[in-house]
Amino acid sequence: MRRFRDQNSVALLMAAPALLGLTLFVLLPFLLALALSFTNLRLGSPLPLEFVGLEQYRRIFTDPAFLHALGNNLLFAAVVVPLQTALALGLALLLNRGLKGTVLFRTLFFMPVVFPMSLVAVVWVLIFAPGPDGMLNAFLDQLSFGHWQPRDFLRDRQLALPAIMLLSIWQGAGFQMVILLAGLQAIPCELDEAAALDGAGRWQRFRHITLPQLRNPLIFVMLVTTILAFRLFDQVQIMTRGGPDYATTTVMYETVQALFTRQEVARASAMTVVFFLLVLAVTLLQRRLLKQEREVS
Amino acid sequence: MKHLLRRSLDYLLVTTLALLFLAPVVMMLVGSLKPDQRVLVEAGSLAAFIPGEASLQNYADVFARSDFLRFLLNSLLITGTIVATGLLVNSLAAYAFARLQWRGRDLLFNLVLALMILPLEAIAVPLFYQVALLGLRDTYTAQILPFIANAFAIYLFYSFFIGLPRELEEAARLDGASTLRIFFSIIVPNSKPVFASVAILTFLMWWGSYLWPLMVTIGPAVRPLPVAIASFYTLPPLQWGDILAFGVMMVSPALLIFLLFQRWFVRGVAASAIKG
Repeated sequence: MRRFRDQNSVALLMAAPALLGLTLFVLLPFLLALALSFTNLRLGSPLPLEFVGLEQYRRIFTDPAFLHALGNNLLFAAVVVPLQTALALGLALLLNRGLKGTVLFRTLFFMPVVFPMSLVAVVWVLIFAPGPDGMLNAFLDQLSFGHWQPRDFLRDRQLALPAIMLLSIWQGAGFQMVILLAGLQAIPCELDEAAALDGAGRWQRFRHITLPQLRNPLIFVMLVTTILAFRLFDQVQIMTRGGPDYATTTVMYETVQALFTRQEVARASAMTVVFFLLVLAVTLLQRRLLKQEREVS
Repeated sequence: MKHLLRRSLDYLLVTTLALLFLAPVVMMLVGSLKPDQRVLVEAGSLAAFIPGEASLQNYADVFARSDFLRFLLNSLLITGTIVATGLLVNSLAAYAFARLQWRGRDLLFNLVLALMILPLEAIAVPLFYQVALLGLRDTYTAQILPFIANAFAIYLFYSFFIGLPRELEEAARLDGASTLRIFFSIIVPNSKPVFASVAILTFLMWWGSYLWPLMVTIGPAVRPLPVAIASFYTLPPLQWGDILAFGVMMVSPALLIFLLFQRWFVRGVAASAIKG
């Protein structure tokens, strides 16, 4: 019994620094965001602090910039998640075929992941340079045998968001690939061999053995990428500042704008809460899908 | 014959993809060695990947035109402190959760797991407000202190500790060793892989972090590299060679750590996939 009490205090002591940090710098700010989103708080404003109910939410959901931002995040997720996952799955399958130099190739595909996003953004501004001498313009010109009209990708309302999608896929695909490759390597070879002996073709084996076995890693990488899509900020802030004409603005970009250009802490807090609810929805979906899997098996 | 053809196609495909992935990196490295005016002009031709007469002039220019060394030291200090103190604080907590019996343990652990889903973006605004109220804007403290305790690191440590055989600790406990002593002399030496994974993941996460330092720093004094390159890039006159040289120097430490510790890094990433 004494022993138990001793352990009680030692354990609390060991956990205390981390628990204190998480309480002060994660839990408290989170609750603060919720609380502030129901007020009119604005830094340096002479107005008294007031409870305004859902007013901030009403305002952001009637603000065209924020609605554009929300739409852009959803569009980004809808395009990048399937494309990037398909590319990563393709790379993982290729690297799982026992080619020579697999480790080298894995390293190469993964390398962009360790590049800070701010650096990636700056380098890709150069790649997207307008005019026929721009790297991507020249590459597309070669690819189309001279039929490509040079575009100013980052100042083009139609192309700015796809341009940001492209570099995000370049930077992120390696992360997904490593996880899917680990998933592929965990599939017992006997399954595949047995199916091959039974006369199943390559596509059939992929469809009925590989894909179901990869279910959990696939769900994981798709949902992590979805959450990344909602967090989109660095690229936009550096490359386009949300423009042209809101074409690349995002929820996080609008949040930071509200906070810094207008000191609207309350409004930015409301946007933060919306962001959190999106992340929460994705996370709950993931839990549910993974739980289903456990119940089935 | 059919097999050989398929193999060759595999190699062709994987090499083409690797070249496409590598192109921006090579362009950056080669461009950093070229005179500024040639970088943009040659970006559209194969010359983008050939240095021609290479020189380190751009690297010298970076040091002359910006306070690169200060930014580098800022980044090293901020990231290094978060990694070192984070390893200690989070592993201690994880051990208490994984192996000790205490009141409130399960409740608190569930809370930690719940906090894991909150990305920095979900708390950046109120955290900024807290920092501003405390007068901590533009300090190292504001860039370090809030990020030492990390729910995900606790979770990674916890999953590792829970899998260690209990016999390791039993003998020492019978000899009357204290809990802290057991932790430092038995658990830590047997947990090197998880310490390495958490250290590398934490390092890379904060080395590239942009949003938070952009919010809390004002001048160049405590500014880290990611924010510094964004402002260097807008510094007139636009000199692409210098910008790329800045980039090469900025990514080198991260790249070095990744190449040296790739094994643990990949393991850490794969471990993160098991959660949920």
